[in-house]
Amino acid sequence: MAGERSAVVDNIAGWGIYVVGFIPAVSSFWLGATGGLGADPVRTFEQTLGLWALRFLILTLAITPLRQLAGINLLRFRRALGLLAFWYVAMHFSVYLTLDRGLIWSTIVPDIVRRPFITLGFASLVLLVPLAVTSNRLSIRRLGKNWRRLHRLVYVAVSLAAIHYFLATKVLDPTQAIHIGLVVLLLGYRLVRALLVRRPERRAA
Amino acid sequence: MPTYRPPAIPASEITPRSVYLRRREFMGFMAGAGVMLGVGGARAEAPATVPLKTVPSPFKVDEPLTPREDVTTYNNFYEFGTDKADPSRHSGDFKPRPWTITVDGLVGKPQTFDVDKLMAELPIEERIYRMRCVEAWSMVIPWNGFPLKALLDKVEPLGSAKYVAFETVVRPEEMPGQSGYFQPMPWPYVEGLRLDEALHPLTILAVGLYGETLPNQNGAPIRLVVPWKYGFKGIKSIVRISLVETQPPNSWNSLQGSEYGFYANVNPEVDHPRWSQATERRIGESGFFGSGRRPTLMFNGYADEVASLYAGMDLRANY
Repeated sequence: MAGERSAVVDNIAGWGIYVVGFIPAVSSFWLGATGGLGADPVRTFEQTLGLWALRFLILTLAITPLRQLAGINLLRFRRALGLLAFWYVAMHFSVYLTLDRGLIWSTIVPDIVRRPFITLGFASLVLLVPLAVTSNRLSIRRLGKNWRRLHRLVYVAVSLAAIHYFLATKVLDPTQAIHIGLVVLLLGYRLVRALLVRRPERRAA
Repeated sequence: MPTYRPPAIPASEITPRSVYLRRREFMGFMAGAGVMLGVGGARAEAPATVPLKTVPSPFKVDEPLTPREDVTTYNNFYEFGTDKADPSRHSGDFKPRPWTITVDGLVGKPQTFDVDKLMAELPIEERIYRMRCVEAWSMVIPWNGFPLKALLDKVEPLGSAKYVAFETVVRPEEMPGQSGYFQPMPWPYVEGLRLDEALHPLTILAVGLYGETLPNQNGAPIRLVVPWKYGFKGIKSIVRISLVETQPPNSWNSLQGSEYGFYANVNPEVDHPRWSQATERRIGESGFFGSGRRPTLMFNGYADEVASLYAGMDLRANY
């Protein structure tokens, strides 16, 4: 009974995360469409979506350390956060293709292929696709151990996203420094932990 | 009290000195009003701009002007912060008057000029120029200013002078981007031109835009405008101009030489390493939908006037 009720609560909370999670995109779109995003609304909207994608990626990466270090278990929300990250990346890319580059493929394709700044961002999106596709319970069951292996791709995807963000401006600004710093911290934590706890894990197995 | 007027005013109407002096009284009054607003608890507004008497010039682009609102709220002026909105938000404490500009180096008559006196003395022309940022966006701006040549002629450059070096003011107490932990680049911001570029009739020192004195965020009280080059060449709030023999440093080149050259001529065929320069988005033109991407023009559309300056030069190597 108690378990069922908490499942319902989690379900509502999960949906709540989606609803709240899309607020930045919706409000930014609304502001853009009504002239409230300043002189270059397309760029502002595009950057807002990209920044929130990175923020949700950071949140998904924060779940495990929070549990291990602070004993706070938010694992049940990780799927929603990860999917939000994916949708924001997808929207960020769509705005790049349409509103920003006007679907002029003759200039888009060379940029994706040749410019590391764009290539890295695109690669990050591509890597997130299989993760989004296999984010359901069925895939988790079917893939078994491989599911965890597959989803370690998020470390690569978030690294690429951070470098992409780093390359996006002429100089590093405080907002960038904070976000990229968090990515480094969260990935660094895993690296250090992997080095420290590898042996005991093997023994246990 | 003077009111805003559209800029096209015949040469016969250049402000007489007596009226000009009253304008300064008006500015003093406005400054006082600003202080009173500050005392009253409200955040002091950016010092008001004042109308300029201008003469028309043949140098104008026949394209729709970028709205003043966009020209004055979308700025790269890292002395006030790295966000495009920072300069308009955080330049309220900047005091562009009184202001002097020192012109020295390899010149016969080095001098320090009072900017207000210069403005009273030299005809202020209206120049409607395209402005192309290295970040692949552009505007069309009605500048008010005078040819840089008019100033350089006063100091009589020596034959040994080959380049012109420019320097922006350093005032951490008035320019928040120059203080604190995050300072994106070393100060002062510096720029440079070859002497023939500096003497070109298109090269101006702007003291206003849209028929009024420059807002702080646009480089008050005096800034460089070189319309065939990327916007970062347009150094703002200039305090020193030096005639020199060798190519002077320019801030962006010193910071990231592989991406920002000394010449920085607008060139759709030479890409920035991280993005293409083939197209640009005209700010304020298309709004949110139907992105107004347009092809970038060689020398920003000023090839007829300036291409000869670079005859025989490899523009790919000298980006």
